[in-house]
Parts: sequence; C-alpha cells; structure tokens
Amino acid sequence: MTPGIFALISHKNGVADDGAAELASASKKIDPGASPVVIVTGFGPELDTVCTGLGKLFGEIWKIAKPELAYPNAELVRNALLQVLPKSSILLVPHNHFGIDLSPGLSIKLNAAYVPDVVNIEDLRENSLALVRQEFGGQLSRHVSCDVSSGAVLNVRPGAFLPGEAAPLNGHVVDKSSEVTVRPAKRRFVKTMVADAGGVDISKEPILVSIGRGIQEPDNVALAQALADAMGAVLSCSRPVVDAKWLEKSRQVGTSGKTVKPRVYLACGISGSFQHLAGIKGNPFLVAINKNPKAPIFQAADVGIVDDLLQFLPELTSRIRKTSAMAAGR
Amino acid sequence: MEILVCAKRVPDSSQNEIEPNASGNDINRDDLVYSINEADNYAVEEALQMVARNGGEVTVVTVGGDDDEEILRRELAMGANHAALISDEAITGSDGKGIATVLKAYVRKNHFDLILTGTQADDGAAQIGGMLAAMLDYPFASLVNSIRVVNPKTLEIIREIEGGDKEVNEIELPCVLSVQTGINEPRYVGMRGIRQAASLELPTFTLSDLGVDQSAVGEAAAKVKRDDYFSPESGKGAEILQGSRGEVVEKLIELLKAKGGLK
Repeated sequence: MTPGIFALISHKNGVADDGAAELASASKKIDPGASPVVIVTGFGPELDTVCTGLGKLFGEIWKIAKPELAYPNAELVRNALLQVLPKSSILLVPHNHFGIDLSPGLSIKLNAAYVPDVVNIEDLRENSLALVRQEFGGQLSRHVSCDVSSGAVLNVRPGAFLPGEAAPLNGHVVDKSSEVTVRPAKRRFVKTMVADAGGVDISKEPILVSIGRGIQEPDNVALAQALADAMGAVLSCSRPVVDAKWLEKSRQVGTSGKTVKPRVYLACGISGSFQHLAGIKGNPFLVAINKNPKAPIFQAADVGIVDDLLQFLPELTSRIRKTSAMAAGR
Repeated sequence: MEILVCAKRVPDSSQNEIEPNASGNDINRDDLVYSINEADNYAVEEALQMVARNGGEVTVVTVGGDDDEEILRRELAMGANHAALISDEAITGSDGKGIATVLKAYVRKNHFDLILTGTQADDGAAQIGGMLAAMLDYPFASLVNSIRVVNPKTLEIIREIEGGDKEVNEIELPCVLSVQTGINEPRYVGMRGIRQAASLELPTFTLSDLGVDQSAVGEAAAKVKRDDYFSPESGKGAEILQGSRGEVVEKLIELLKAKGGLK
C-alpha cells in the first residue's frame, strides 16, 4: 500500500508559497494516483484565504489555526505536525529557509527518513523511493534511495518540479486545529527585519555584470566595474562576494539576496548554485564566463566562455570601449 | 560559555573540478584540494569571538578518519582550545541521522552550552545541526548570521529568510545553531600556527568510547543510501564560444549588441 502523501506549504499575506503547485506535481511522481493532502498552519482570515486558494491544487486541505502559529516558528509547527501526521506518512516540504529549519529535526521526531534538497523523484518500488540530489554546489548529481517504510520527510528544491497541468480541483478544508495543543517554545520569534532598501536597486536594472568567487581578490572587482561602465551595466554579485565584504548586500542576486529581471546577465566567475539561479527571473540572455568547464552555470547559460576571468574581462572592456568610440565617430 | 563546533573536511569545490570516478560510486579523488567546510570555518570564528567576549572555551569535533585531523589542527591553530576526532570503521556509510547519532553521544559525554555547525557542507544537505538538536531536545535555528548573548540562558539570533529579509529570534541555551557564511570575517591562519599544531596529540574516540551501538550507525542503519554519481542533465546547455580570446571577445560583443546588452 502506498503511504499517505502530505505537503506542507507556507504562506505570506494570504498567498500560498509558489511551491504548492510544485509539491502537488512532486507527489504525483511518487505515485501517479496519489491524492496528496496539503497542511497549512497559521491564524486568522489570511489562513482561510490560503486554504481556499490551495483547493484548486489539492483535494484535501488540513488547516491548523492557532494564534501562536500566526508566524511560522519551526519548533511550534513541528509539534503541531507530530500531533496530526499519520504514522509512516511521506511529507513534502519546500527546501527553503523554513524547510531547512523544520525538516531535519522533524524527521528525527517522526523516526522517518529525511532527504534534503530533492531535485527529482524517479520511482517508488516496495518501500524504496529513488530520488536525485545534487552535491558540490550542483557540479554532480547523485541517485539516492530512501527507505520510506517508517515514513519520510522530503525537502524539495524550489523550481525543480514543474507545476502539473491537471484540471483544478475543488478541495475541501478539514479543520485540524482542535487536535493540536501548542506548548511553549524554547525559540521565540521576535520580529522580521526587512532588507535595507539603500544603495543601488539591481532588481530594476536591464543589464547586469555579476561577479562571483572567481573574481578572487577585492582589487579585481574594479575589472568588473570597468566592464559594467563600458557596457552601461550595473554591477551585481553572488553570495561569496558579499560574505567576503567586497560588495554590499544590496547587490547580491539569489534567494538570500535580490530577485532580478534583466535583459542581459553576464555571470563572471559564478558557479551557478540553485540559490543564485533562483534569483534570476524573466529568462534573460545569460552569458557565463568561468574557468571551470564543469561549473553548473553553463547548464543555465545561453552562451558560455571557458577562460580566465582576470584576462578576459580587461580585453572585453577595452574592445567594447573601442567599438563605442568608433560608433561615436571618433 | 562552552561551545562545540561540528566541522567537516571537504573537497574545495571552488578549486576543483569534481567528477565521478570510473564506476560512479564516488568522486575522482586524485589531486583534490581539501579544506575545512567554509561555513564550518565561519562557525569556529564565531565561537572564538563569543568566548573572547563572554569567556569559556571552544572545542571542534569532526567525524571521519586520519586525513580529517588536518582540519582539526588548522582550527586549533586558529585558536580553538580543544579538538576531537571521532573515528570508527563502523560509521562508514552512515546517513545524516547516523552522523548526528554519533555527535549526540559525544555531546552527552561532555558539557556544552552552545553547539554550532556550518549551514551546509559539500553535499548541500544542511541536516546535521537540526537532527542533532532534535535528538538532544535542544532548540535549533538554521541560517544564522548574527548571535548575541542576552543573558546566561538566552541568545538573540538573527537568521536569513527570503529576499534579503531577516528574522530575529530569542533562543534558550543549550541550543544548536547552524551558521551562515558571511556572519563574520574568519581570521587568517598562518603556516607557523599550523606547524605548531601539527605535533599536538588529538583525542580520538571510537563508537565504544562513546557508548554508541554499532547497529545505530553505518550503512545497515541508514534509511537514506547514496548511490551513484552522474553528471547533471545539461538542459539546453550553453553554446560555448570557441576560438582565440580575441575572437571570443568579438563574438560576444556581436551577441551583446544583438541582445541589447550594450548601451
């Protein structure tokens, strides 16, 4: 018998996470005949709006409404799930800041298997679920087999599963609130701090020259800035450049930085982790320059250049300057 | 404050082309450059800064083999007070839960107020800290990029959420935190320090030293088994521009002009 499949979806301002349709589609890859149940936690009219919205994707919605769950605290959500999840369930969770917080510990308390950052689901045979993950920042994929006989928590990579094209459902809401007792947490939410809006707004720029770890030294940032100036572009970057304090946080592209929608994106020395790629929307013309021909960025890019950045950038800059000088008739 | 940092030695994927070996069951490990997992190094630096302000000591632990001693020595050279290697043949093939089981036993044999790990390592799993916390019934927070001691029983932590936003939490000690890269600026470790740490005796523990039953770890206990490696599907894949550097530059400029990439 196929175990029950559940999906946990977070939400904000009455709107369910984009991952809802992806989790619905992922559950069909475990079992094409699955009727997954979606679980949402929260409080107030916002939560009811979320439940209504999810009715199109899921036949059954379990609602857990508690004042203490108004903000998603992983410790409280874990305790709530432990009180409602049937034994040996398979639970799908988006692999985002909340899923990373929640799922490893939840799997221990459920005595269930845990597989993080799942990028593909191949099949379920007997109790063995065949999955695909990635390692080494996306340089390699790996088959993983997961024994689901005592249940499993699977964190699913956002964007890895395309939403299905099934006809909209008319799901019904089951209020599970009365089955849940909220106990005091040892970790308490204090407040949210919204990203500093100061500095340059890369989210609106049409042309971005973006640098990553491959820029190697803070002094080399100037090479990329010179290219950006010559192109009429703005400089952005990936996480390691901000970690090293070579550029300010407002220039970071990715899940923990900004989402950008440029026309052209020139990725210089960026390996192309999924967290970075998730911040690039609108299908820009993506050029990748990287000395490692195996860098995952080359899978996402339209055009690739395998070369040493520190040699290539100055030559490109100088050639663009000459081209524009000629165009200006000088 | 007694702080434990759980660390891992990994192939440095920014310096290596990682490829599957011939049979696909492992990566090709010839000529790889190894280092301490980057996020773990930030965790050690954070621990050192915390004890400098609040007193206490820092211990670094890793689960592995003799080769993994090098990262412990490096972190001792960086300023950690103690280091421990947990090494046992029976651990081979463990999944995340197996490794967390071993670490839990080590924690139970000692006394720590705070346990830090890096957010994730080479396998991108980001799982050990949360599992360990649940096994110990300690509170946990992931993606932490600021830690402040409020009082001897409470920390204020800031963690990263989506879009550059952050979330402030209070968390009771003892707790487990997984630390993000960028939380601090890890200090430089000179060759002299590493040479001095090279001769230090490192305490090594086996499963029986820690009272862990062999059946709780290793491949037999693992619900999650890692099988073969393969190259990711290349999707559409990039068109790689060929030619001399000058030719590639010319081709790229034409493409940029056509796509509106030059103002």
